[in-house]
Amino acid sequence: METKKTSLYQLHQDCNAKFVEFAGYQMPIQYSEGIVEEHKFTRNHSGIFDVSHMGQLFIYGGEDLIKDLEKIFPLDLKNLKLNHSKYSFLMDKDAGIHDDLIITKTKKGFLIILNAACKDNDFKILKEFLGDKYEMILDENRSLIAIQGPKSSEILNDVINGVKDLNFMSGNWFTFENQKVYITRSGYTGEDGFEISIVNDFVDQLTRELINKGSKLIGLGARDTLRLEAGLCLYGHDLDKDKTPVEANLKWAISKERISKGDFIGSDIIIKQLNDGVSKIRVGIKPEGRIIAREKTKIFNQSDVHIGEITSGTFGPSVNGPVAMGYVENEFSKKNTKVFLEVRGKKHPASICSLPFYKKSYVKGVN
Amino acid sequence: MSEVKYSKEHEWIKLDGDVATIGITKHATEMLGDIVFAELPEKGSSVEKDGTAGVVESTKAASDVYTPVSGEVVDTNQAIVDDPSKINQDPEDSAWFFKLKIKDPSEMDTLMNKDDYDKFAKETSA
Repeated sequence: METKKTSLYQLHQDCNAKFVEFAGYQMPIQYSEGIVEEHKFTRNHSGIFDVSHMGQLFIYGGEDLIKDLEKIFPLDLKNLKLNHSKYSFLMDKDAGIHDDLIITKTKKGFLIILNAACKDNDFKILKEFLGDKYEMILDENRSLIAIQGPKSSEILNDVINGVKDLNFMSGNWFTFENQKVYITRSGYTGEDGFEISIVNDFVDQLTRELINKGSKLIGLGARDTLRLEAGLCLYGHDLDKDKTPVEANLKWAISKERISKGDFIGSDIIIKQLNDGVSKIRVGIKPEGRIIAREKTKIFNQSDVHIGEITSGTFGPSVNGPVAMGYVENEFSKKNTKVFLEVRGKKHPASICSLPFYKKSYVKGVN
Repeated sequence: MSEVKYSKEHEWIKLDGDVATIGITKHATEMLGDIVFAELPEKGSSVEKDGTAGVVESTKAASDVYTPVSGEVVDTNQAIVDDPSKINQDPEDSAWFFKLKIKDPSEMDTLMNKDDYDKFAKETSA
């Protein structure tokens, strides 16, 4: 299959991007300044991420759609306010995670943002459940960019007036050059920021205007170090079909109201795990010194017993040291528990720590 | 002091008497990106030509560092372990990796000169 290009491909090239293939797309891994500088620029200023490879699924419908989607997602969708977003999962009947996603209630239905590598399979699964009852569009005509970091609100508001008044995890329709753009205050970096859905033909112009106002394009490399410092999961690494949301320590994202009734896909397992506990759980792991423990690194306890594995690990430029997360047996998941990480045949000391590694600075709205 | 030679694994080596100084090339650092971790061989240990003699890691991945010749490690550069970003800043001079008392000077003959290396680097990265 030929690799696809996003509508910003030319702009990436103009900015000297190094490309990698990711989920069937040619995506920028970094630009000329490099991952560490891009990371820091996002934390201190404002960075733009092309995430157009991600799926934008629009499902149109009313009360029936809410009821049907509640059979799928562990969310209280009927009480979700218009233009508000929730983080959730598409699970199988054993509560294994097919994908993690953001779902937003719109006037005509819902917008669901899906991972690039999962979007086609997600669409198939949702179509099987929902049948032909609702119009479902996995929109390839729209691009998605994120603008993240402390200066982003000011910069984006200069180009699209009014966005600065959005609350965290809520969105609305705005206009840019007479085009309808849907903007949510959200992101994947631990910084204040926005995600902007805009038709392909106008994304280049919008992005160039944001760059002219002082923001910079940031590659997938820094996107990974930023999200890991923020303690956020990456599907296919920290989450997959062999892990449940309870094991992933994401039970905050499951609606309490829905658990009491338990009529969504995977609810039997979720309820059981919430009542009985889990044998493995996702934790933050801070290696001592500078050693970097990558994905699949084995974790041992102080008696040299294998107790788990790293699922993401890198060097955190803002933390200025290595950061990791992984799954360990529940009894070793307490903060400050000493563990050992096997890297290149040697065991290196580390400790279980709370997430995030880097304190978030989201704008919290009042409502 | 002899001319600087280069290996296909992107190390440079400079011989002074029977002691060689070894590091990674500027081209290697450009391919790796920001280096955030470095591990060096132990002083006093012996290393064999083309064997592993250290590790560098970028934010994305780990890569082995090989030794272009055999010998005994007589010195290592702690400064690059303490601050690996120095490797990106000055790879072919102050950010050297280790020094070897070399075993067999003829191993130097198997390595490339600057012109040949530049050509090799250009071809392999294209």
